[in-house]
Amino acid sequence: MPPRIDPKKCNGCEGREESHCEEACPGNLMYVGEDGKSHCRSLRDCWDCMSCTKACPRNAIETRVPYQLGYHLARLTPLMGKNSITWKCVDIHGNEETFKYRNRMDK
Amino acid sequence: MARRAIKELPKALADVETVVVDADLLIIGGGNAGCFSAVEAKTLDPNCKVVIMEKAEIKRSGACSAGMDAINTYIPEGKTPEDLVRWSRSQVGGGPIREDLCLSNAEELNEAVDDLERWGLPILRDENGKIKYRGQWDISVHGEQLKPIMAEKALENSDEVHNRVTATNLLMEDGRCVGALGFGVRDGKFYVFRAKATIVATGGACGLYKSYTADSTSSHHQTWMCPYNVGTGYAMGIRQGAEMTSMEQRWVATRSKDFCGPIDTISVGYKSAVINAKGERVLQKHYAHLGGDKSPRYIRANAPMEEWLAGRGPTYCDTRHLTADKVKELKIDYLNERPSFVLFLAARGQDITKDPIEIYGSDPYIIGGHTQSGFWVDMGRMTTVPGLFAAGETAGGNPNKFVGGCAAEGKLATRGALKYIAENRVELPEIDQTQLKTEIERVFAPLLRGGDYDGVSSVEMEERLQRLMDEYAGGTSQFYRTNEERLDYALRHIKMLRDQVCHLKAGDLHELMLCHDVIDRIDVAEVLCHHLKGRKETRWQGWQTRSDYPDTDPAYDCFVETRKNMETGEIECFTRPYEQIVPGDRKAPSLPDKN
Repeated sequence: MPPRIDPKKCNGCEGREESHCEEACPGNLMYVGEDGKSHCRSLRDCWDCMSCTKACPRNAIETRVPYQLGYHLARLTPLMGKNSITWKCVDIHGNEETFKYRNRMDK
Repeated sequence: MARRAIKELPKALADVETVVVDADLLIIGGGNAGCFSAVEAKTLDPNCKVVIMEKAEIKRSGACSAGMDAINTYIPEGKTPEDLVRWSRSQVGGGPIREDLCLSNAEELNEAVDDLERWGLPILRDENGKIKYRGQWDISVHGEQLKPIMAEKALENSDEVHNRVTATNLLMEDGRCVGALGFGVRDGKFYVFRAKATIVATGGACGLYKSYTADSTSSHHQTWMCPYNVGTGYAMGIRQGAEMTSMEQRWVATRSKDFCGPIDTISVGYKSAVINAKGERVLQKHYAHLGGDKSPRYIRANAPMEEWLAGRGPTYCDTRHLTADKVKELKIDYLNERPSFVLFLAARGQDITKDPIEIYGSDPYIIGGHTQSGFWVDMGRMTTVPGLFAAGETAGGNPNKFVGGCAAEGKLATRGALKYIAENRVELPEIDQTQLKTEIERVFAPLLRGGDYDGVSSVEMEERLQRLMDEYAGGTSQFYRTNEERLDYALRHIKMLRDQVCHLKAGDLHELMLCHDVIDRIDVAEVLCHHLKGRKETRWQGWQTRSDYPDTDPAYDCFVETRKNMETGEIECFTRPYEQIVPGDRKAPSLPDKN
């Protein structure tokens, strides 16, 4: 399930040795191109673990379902908190759902 | 340490920089088992120099990168490790399993899960603070952060973590393992890790078979296991003549159709029965004699595919009884482990209280933490290659380990490794320059040929292998069936693929990694075919189905083993006897008074 990068939001994590998505991807698929933006080098090889999507500090990455498997246009976006995560999901009919829960115990 | 990607690729072997790293304990693979190995080493000996070699970045690598919604083995009050072994044995139709290994993991795994909770993993508890069980042995967690939590502890408890370095071969001296060799996927350097003992914890082998969603989609890796776990750990051992066990017991699981999402979450956790196109409860109707909805895992995995084959598909997990609250809970479970499944449902516009979830069989995987394929190991988790230890998915003989058992095994392998170092007074080896030269030439050859070379890309070879395995070695398209002639065909073509490795080409370091991924997959696939040939019976339908030997044969109530003959290069197949250690009816999950 390929990541889709919004070039208006992405700045390639300027100033960082590696961009956050580049660091996170377990498949070594993300890279910052000559244009200073993140790209996925091989859409077919994505495992849709959403590690890049969660790691992006500018919410510039969206995970998409390939059209051959699911219809246009559904969205699932994570918002990472310190000890919690909030997911927003919109289905193809426009129905919205929000999920918020703790993903780490307070230390 | 981070690795900046280089722009200038080496044009000749002389351009490749070699880095030597010394360790007391080298851990290959910083996943679940690997992280626990590191923590255990520093706990037992703070002076032990622990080095982790990680193909990705340790905070989000491997099978746990998306997270986890459950710990499938945690022993509740009133039950014993022996009970867990009985259950595990019953899940593979009464064995054969390595009960000695199973028992030692079972005695250890609760403590490992408790560690995870102490480190910050939320485990769901009821209002009285008691852990909530969703099945007999499995507990729910909010494990979205599972991998970062484990990685933080591994980083605290290791001297060096080398991210983005992929292992390519073991470093050997006089028949024993003294470390590993590999290359930097970002920096293009050749790495030599010298170690007194080495633990291989690289996960299982995914992508040996074609996924049925691979055609014409941007989703060739619509697989359940992490596609970046390609079997490198197995392959490196196989190439050094390590004995492999039970590779024919492949993991095939029921998954949601078109999106490979876990289904036990729904069928077990939310009591949603498997039904066929006619609305019949498949397991109760056809498998009542094997336990119905509580049938062994391989039966539950294979049953939906048998329905399709019999013309009674599609098959579903019936979620129509769920309330809105339960659906929300279920979606949160998925968001913890396979978040994109929630997106998939949204992309289908599906309300699962009206439309049940469609299910199908996955492509087969080799994963020794789920089924029991992997290295034959002793109680210290040492393989038959001295100095080489295995933990987690790479260690064989012991199915149903999952997160808790793989973590426990990381600890057990470390204890074995430290004992080996102490008892044998192992010192770091002199570097064998011939071995290094041979490996560096092998590793960088596809890159030096270049992307424009008139050769074969890793993707082409990977797809050829996956089709071959799918159609001839019992993949999804063949409803997991194979026979002697098909396996011989597969082996003939695997040899041809190996002969063509000399044509592999890579345009950059990423493609170079993919070339070695496919080389490793070929070596694992070859051994797998020999195991499938070796078991001339059908013991675990779906996981292992021989259309030419459709019944179970008591003569094969034993382990099927292979070892590469280091002189001829041929894979030799033999058997080892099964030994029952834990008493009781082998097919019953527990002693009668325990149920």
